[in-house]
Parts: sequence; C-alpha cells; structure tokens
Amino acid sequence: MRKRVVVTGMGVVAPNAHGLDNFEQALRAGASGIRFQPLLAELKFGCQIAGVPENFDAIRKSYFDNEKLMSINDNIGFASVSAVDAWKDAGFNVPESGDDNVDWDTGVVAGSGIGGMDTIAQNVVPMINEGRVRRLGSRIVEQVMNSGTSARIGGILAVGNQVTSNSSACSTGNEAIIDSLWRIRMGLAKRMIAGGSEGATPYIWGGFDSMRVMCRKFNENPTAGSRPLSASACGFVPGSGGAMLLLEDLETAIARGARIYAEVIGGAVNSGGQRMGGSMTAPNPAGVRKCIRAAVADAGINPVEVDAINGHLTATYADPIEVGNWAAALERTPDNFPFINATKSLIGHCLGAAGAIESVATVLQIFKGFIHPSINCEDVHPDIAAYAAKIPHSCIEFPDVRIIAKAGFGFGDVNSCIIYKKWEEK
Amino acid sequence: MDEKNIFDGMINILKTYTKDPSLLEKATMDTHILNDLKVNSARLVDVVIKCEDVYSISIDDDEADKIRTIGDAVRIVKQKLG
Repeated sequence: MRKRVVVTGMGVVAPNAHGLDNFEQALRAGASGIRFQPLLAELKFGCQIAGVPENFDAIRKSYFDNEKLMSINDNIGFASVSAVDAWKDAGFNVPESGDDNVDWDTGVVAGSGIGGMDTIAQNVVPMINEGRVRRLGSRIVEQVMNSGTSARIGGILAVGNQVTSNSSACSTGNEAIIDSLWRIRMGLAKRMIAGGSEGATPYIWGGFDSMRVMCRKFNENPTAGSRPLSASACGFVPGSGGAMLLLEDLETAIARGARIYAEVIGGAVNSGGQRMGGSMTAPNPAGVRKCIRAAVADAGINPVEVDAINGHLTATYADPIEVGNWAAALERTPDNFPFINATKSLIGHCLGAAGAIESVATVLQIFKGFIHPSINCEDVHPDIAAYAAKIPHSCIEFPDVRIIAKAGFGFGDVNSCIIYKKWEEK
Repeated sequence: MDEKNIFDGMINILKTYTKDPSLLEKATMDTHILNDLKVNSARLVDVVIKCEDVYSISIDDDEADKIRTIGDAVRIVKQKLG
C-alpha cells in the first residue's frame, strides 16, 4: 500500500498578508493586496498595478543575519521566510548554523517561474557590460542560479534529502507539491518542503506587459484590477511572493503527534503538447481535462465528491474555457457544480509562486471550513452565467468541506492538478 | 594612515562577513580570517572588493591570494596607501 501524505506545516508571504493567521483573515475578508506601483508608471508600463508583499524588507531582516541578507534577493527572501515559517509551524526548530546534524529524511522542492531577475538586471548585466565582472563578488551565482531558493532553504534547515528547484511557468508551485508527494509516497523521503516563489520586479513583468496580457484598465483603481471570472476581466495583474508546505509521511506525522491540516490524496501533471488548440501560451483543453481526471483517479475518489475548486483563473479570456474544462473533467453540470473561486482575485498572478500560495489558501479553507470570496466578478462572464451561483462573492462558512481540487496551467501548455482532502483517519 | 587605524577599519569590514561578530572582539593581526573568524572562503573576494572601495585602492589577484590573516590584509592596504 502506498504511503499517505499529509500537510503538517505551512508558510506564506503573499501580497495581502504574511503568515497564516493574517492570510486567513485576508482570504475571509476578500482583502486585495493589489496596489498602484509608481515604478511601473515611471517605466511606462501599460499595467501599473501589482501584488507585492508589504513591509518585506523589515520581515526579511527579522529572520536572517546580515551575512545571509546579502545573498537574499526578493525571490529567495519570499521562499526562505515562508520555508522557515512552514518548518516552525510544523513543530520543528530552525537549527543553529554551527549545529552539524543533518536531517537526511527531509528535502526541498522549491520552484520559481522566472526568479531572481532583479539581481540579473541590477547587477549582472550592467556590471559585466561596464567591464567590471571582477567586482560582481561571490554572491551573484547563488542568487541567480535556478536552484537558488531550494539551496538557501536547504542550508538554513540543514536538510539532507533531495534539494532542488523545479520550473514549469505558472504551474511551478503545484508541480513542486506533486513532485514532493511522489517522493514521499515512494518512501524516498519522510518530509518535503514544497512550494514556489517569485520576485517582485518590472524585469519579470515587462515581457508580459509587452504581450498585452496584463491588466491595463485599472491603474486608477488597483484593488478592482484582478477580475477572474468577470465579464470585464482584461488581463492578469502581476503578483509576487512565496509559500511553502511541509508535506509529511502520515506515519511519521502521527508518530510525532503533528497537527495535520489536510491530506494530499492525488496529484497529476501533464502537457497538452501545444496541439489541438494548445500553444506556447494557451492550454490544449483536452490536456487540461486529462490532467484533472488523472488527479481525481490518483486520489481514488468519485469526481462528484469534489466540494470546491480553487482554479487557475487568471482574469484572461481563458477563464470561461477553464470552467468548461472543470465541468467536463468532473462530469458536473451547472446545477451540481462545486464552489469555484480564484485566489488571484486577491493577490494577482504570482506566477511561479501562484500554485503554492493558492494551495495554502486551499488547505486553510479545508482546515478551517470556509470558502473565500472571489472578488471583482459581480459581473460574471456571460459564457459561464449558468455557474454564477457557485462563485462566492462573500465568505461562505462550509464546515463540512472535505475535498478541494487545485489546478494550475502554464506557458508551454503545461498543467497540474492537486486533490486536497480533509484529514480523516480512514 | 597608521596600522592601528587600518586594523580597526579591517575589523569593521569583516563584521559583515563573520557569522559570529563576537569573534572579532579578540581579533589580532595574527587572526586567520577563514579558520578563526569562520568566514566562508567564497566571501574572501567580497572582503577584497570592500577593501578596495573603502581605501580607494586596487588589489590584484596575486596579492589577494596571499591574504590569510587580518595582518596580511592590513599590510597590503598600508603598503598601497604609501
């Protein structure tokens, strides 16, 4: 029998909150973390609003000493703070740097979509172009390497199992969780710190702005800008931040008396092959449906058992198509469709961190029994009008919620779906 | 600038790179930067760059390679400042 995997710790640095209690409050209240960004206006971006974790410099300084801070750019900072929070939340202590004990049973999969672009843009490119490569110093590689986040977390927590960083665009955070799920199921690790992060910088967002896929019509009204499921959605609002979940083998979690937030009962990743309507930038609907069905099959549940969906739902033309894919994959009609909400309505699209931050939202909803509002969609898109009653505009208390499906889709036509379930012994 | 001033300046520079700054309280000219202060060896290049900035000097690679103790660094800086 395969090993069961549970969530025993979580940490989150989101645009609308840092820390689980604050994040739960923000979710319940439908509090938007989207703000006007003067720098984007100065740089003539079409979209001048974004979701950026607030007061993060002060937060980062309260976690790490000066020596570490010099190597912690935004992306690594978001990942490291959320990893430390998740570790402590699970009941573990952060080891002293002089403590030589290695935890061989714990690993890290911490991904990013684009990652440490601020370091590349502000240091690497200008200094090399000016012929000053010698003065880059020793702290560049560790901040721009793709595994910069997992490497930093691994060192802080002295973990000795697999330490790696994945990347699959906006599916990254989910993929990290699914990779970790498999590693524990296979018996290769007892615990995995899994999640994703993304820096807050115009150098990450510029390409999307030029593609005209970011919201340009709400610069005067930032908190209304992120509008998944809405008829007036006009592109995604960029976000940033990080989140980590501590996934743990059920047996070790029970043996140490850990608090269990939820069980991860199923997961699947695939690609639509960039065919049948799929492309570099758009999902093949057949691939999306296949991925959702595979996650449900992996979970061993009947699709009718899904109580709620935390969608990918970015506020582009693709939202109504996504809802149709969910209905087809779960064999549900508008009448018996589960609740569906978009955490991105509150925090924007946090790219490589999205799946991880939204998974924390999903697990909190299961653990605390609520469905958070999906804001800015009072004008539900006409193509999904039949599903309007299933989109909460205010917080719904739902103590009996058992199963929530979380999905993410990314450039490259890549898909991921996770099935979270309320912790029950059987 | 006399050796004492440069030594104090060097202690100040090293504070940033030493995981346990209390080790600097007992530091002398003979204190080994890597072994005694537990500075990560990769950070030595940052210490050299910082010295160049603070004293407006240039330390070439061969000279930098010879720095083992605080005294080694102090003597190089003193010599450059003439």
